[in-house]
Amino acid sequence: MTKILTKHFDEPKLHELETYRRLGGYQGLEKALSMSRKDVTEEVKKSNLRGLGGAGFPTGGKWETVPPEEKSPGPRYVVVNCDESEPGCFKDRVLVARAPHQVIEGALIVAHAIDAHDAFIFVRGEYQNQYDILEDAIREAESAGYLKRCGMKLMRGAGAYISGLDTALLETMEGKKAWPRQPPPFPTVVGLMGRPTAVNNVETVSMLPHIMVNGGDWFAKIGAPKSGGTVVFSISGHVEKPGVYEFPMGVKLREVLAAAGGVKGGRKLKCVIPGGASMPPLVEKDLDVALDFDGVRAAGTFLGAGGMIVLDETADAVAVAHNIERFLAHESCGQCTPCREGSAWTERILGRLLDGKGTPDDLPNIQRVGENITGKVICALGDTVGVITRAYLAKFPEDFKKRAANG
Amino acid sequence: MGKLVKYRLNGREVEAEEGRLVIDAAKDAGVEIAHYCYHPALGNPGNCRLCVVEVAGAPKPMPSCRLPVKEGLDVRTDTDAVKRAQAGVLELHLVNHPLDCPVCDQSGECGLQDYYMKVGRYPSRAREDKEHKGKRIEAGPHVMLDQERCILCTRCTRFVDQVTKTHELGIFSRGHQERVEVAPGMTLDNAYSGNVVDICPVGALTDRDFRYKVRVWYLDHADSICPGCSRGCGISVHTSTKRPWHNEGRRVARLKPRWSEVNGHWMCDDGRYGFANLDTDRLGKVLRLRPERVELSWVDMAEELAGRLDGVKVVASGMLSNEDWAAFKALFVDTLTVQDLYFSAEPDQIGAEDDLLRKKEKVPNLKGAEALGLKSGSFDRLAEDLEAGKVRCLYVIERDLAKVWGEARARALLTQVPLLVFQGPNKGALGDLAHYRLPATAYVEEEGCFTNFEGNRRPYRKALEPIGCARPDWEIFKLLQEARS
Ligand SMILES: Cc1cc2nc3c(=O)[nH]c(=O)nc-3n(C[C@H](O)[C@H](O)[C@H](O)COP(=O)(O)O)c2cc1C
Ligand code: SF4
Ligand code: SF4
Repeated sequence: MTKILTKHFDEPKLHELETYRRLGGYQGLEKALSMSRKDVTEEVKKSNLRGLGGAGFPTGGKWETVPPEEKSPGPRYVVVNCDESEPGCFKDRVLVARAPHQVIEGALIVAHAIDAHDAFIFVRGEYQNQYDILEDAIREAESAGYLKRCGMKLMRGAGAYISGLDTALLETMEGKKAWPRQPPPFPTVVGLMGRPTAVNNVETVSMLPHIMVNGGDWFAKIGAPKSGGTVVFSISGHVEKPGVYEFPMGVKLREVLAAAGGVKGGRKLKCVIPGGASMPPLVEKDLDVALDFDGVRAAGTFLGAGGMIVLDETADAVAVAHNIERFLAHESCGQCTPCREGSAWTERILGRLLDGKGTPDDLPNIQRVGENITGKVICALGDTVGVITRAYLAKFPEDFKKRAANG
Repeated sequence: MGKLVKYRLNGREVEAEEGRLVIDAAKDAGVEIAHYCYHPALGNPGNCRLCVVEVAGAPKPMPSCRLPVKEGLDVRTDTDAVKRAQAGVLELHLVNHPLDCPVCDQSGECGLQDYYMKVGRYPSRAREDKEHKGKRIEAGPHVMLDQERCILCTRCTRFVDQVTKTHELGIFSRGHQERVEVAPGMTLDNAYSGNVVDICPVGALTDRDFRYKVRVWYLDHADSICPGCSRGCGISVHTSTKRPWHNEGRRVARLKPRWSEVNGHWMCDDGRYGFANLDTDRLGKVLRLRPERVELSWVDMAEELAGRLDGVKVVASGMLSNEDWAAFKALFVDTLTVQDLYFSAEPDQIGAEDDLLRKKEKVPNLKGAEALGLKSGSFDRLAEDLEAGKVRCLYVIERDLAKVWGEARARALLTQVPLLVFQGPNKGALGDLAHYRLPATAYVEEEGCFTNFEGNRRPYRKALEPIGCARPDWEIFKLLQEARS
């Protein structure tokens, strides 16, 4: 099984510069620096690398939208997104802790590609350990002379999920309330402090050294037609062996489940959330879905950031939806009315259903409230608020009807 | 003005400036699009999601406050999809709203009421408990905050961030617990705080001065000009006369800014709240007070007084309108050949200035006098002359000399004058000293025109009937002049 990012994770001292270098580290950066900016971007485009922070946007294509120096003279920035707060996702945490230099090297490659001289790594507030590890690694990289062309700084989040969304993250970095901006303009044009900024996920940038060393074609070949390379799943829930697993893009859901030891206790599968709690679930009949951005999309949900949550037959869809909506209501930044009010309303209706106080009109009502949110908000969190309950309602109507009849 | 392009609005071909926001362009074309957060002077955060329109080729309704006009754009504001989207969003605006309209001052001019009637009218489906927040927060000396009624449109916070740059208000917490709050250690006491009440589309920010005085549907409105300083901001005078027992018996209920090139959307608090003298301390009778108190008709007064004005010295103020100044000049300068005019702004009429609106001369129309070539003498000289007993007749128009010289000194100086005439809307501290006291209309009781510091003509309309037999200053000057000829 091809592994790229986690290949050397058995090395106990991989987080140290010496070990990292011994295993080929920083050769990707060297290669990139020997190439023109344009060629680096071309190579990444060829690789079919897509953003692993959730949106699956082609990485090379994103950089291309950074305006050239003549059109926008002045600084440009790289921000590595390590805010990882999507329930079910914990792969960035592991990638940073085990291979911090892979992240730093990747960030420096982005910096070269977009001609930035300042890079930031934005670390989720709760990731104290990861912050410390990165701090040490940056110090090492600095003394080894890697940060001469482009400096690197760490910043910490203050505990808001929404700060992981690129435009909210930039607001946070500017010291403001984490309220998403409404593109356009996109961060690559107007980003940090109004300057062009490439925001990329930890996993995405970690791929870059390998693409540089082995070439875009090599990477593209590993993956699925339009999703190159591998994907690192965080697997949790009702499985025998939860943890972080790397697979080539396009791997079958069935295989991934098997690798994680199958459904816990041999029980029957209820559903699998493929990308993190914000993504609608897959069910038994989807076991042969190809897990890459387009394959999962065709099955009506999203690969997201690969936060896979497995739920067995004992799970109640109403409780699952309530749990997720409660999270979203808690994390809604509160900027848009439909998301702010609709998330709390949805949570309360679901809570009432769970308390055995449901009524038959609750079901059409949550359906309708959901429709009034999705597509009528600024960011994807709000869209999700409206989608999640409707998705579970559509897939598991019996669970909901049982609750609604209770009242 | 940018390039004009053609686009379609509800099937009609319309011309608009390229790049103009559809919400504004539609308004220009007579189509009002419901909205809360957008404000032409405060930007378009796009958070209320109410102003959606259907755009040909777009998969979902789009907020018109973020949609620039371009050639060939095809916009509809009247489709079922738009109506459904607006009703759905409105329901979400209202799901946690306390619905306390019967005790809310905004009732009758509330964006939630208005849009519910226009695009809402759905049956209530909210069964859950509502979110509870602060109901009676004194945000500052003029403004009361009710967090439960707030729809978090951020207009008020954008105002204190972008316009006054004083940052007293912020959005605290997040999600459904989010609320507008006064920043710790601050109060909303900037010189323009009252504007947040005007821009708040709901009853979350109300005016402490106006609260519970009168229901807005009993008010009448007249376009006017604030006389509070030489800026000459456009205002609307809101009066309550239909039910005289409301508003504590006063006729003027509140002043609101009225958009004009001069002031944009705003006015300052000094101007907004400085109207108490329109309903208190007013003069309504033509009186001769000395040797004994006699009520006169205007004609009798003029016959009596006109012949006694030779050698008069005249005190006036920039409160006079252009029409007043013209008649003033005709009477005092052209007919009576008076040299000694005193009307400059002294410390009594000088105050704070800033780079937003407020000007330091706290009267509206010194420019009107200047335009006629009138020159003011020095009040110090006048005081010396009064002290030396050189003033046989003093005519004081719309000026409280107690505020120029201090009450005790002014009283001492004026008591010696053989003939003292007071003319104005208010009695003032020294009104009892006059031999003749002539009631003039306040600016809200007449129409006229000021000339502001930049030389802009600022016409104002009549909002109220005069008190008693009060007349505009210019009419009084004319009466006296006619009586002399
Ligand atoms: C609500 C929300 C939360 C997000 N949180 C994260 C996050 O924690 N980490 C992350 O890398 N991307 C997150 N994203 C995606 C980012 O907005 C952005 O697309 C991503 O960082 C871009 O990097 P990529 O192109 O490498 O994926 C989030 C998106 C949304 C809508
Ligand atoms: S959709 Fe929700 S989280 Fe996103 S900007 Fe709007 S209120 Fe904030
Ligand atoms: S108080 Fe009024 S103006 Fe301020 S955010 Fe709330 S509704 Fe908007």
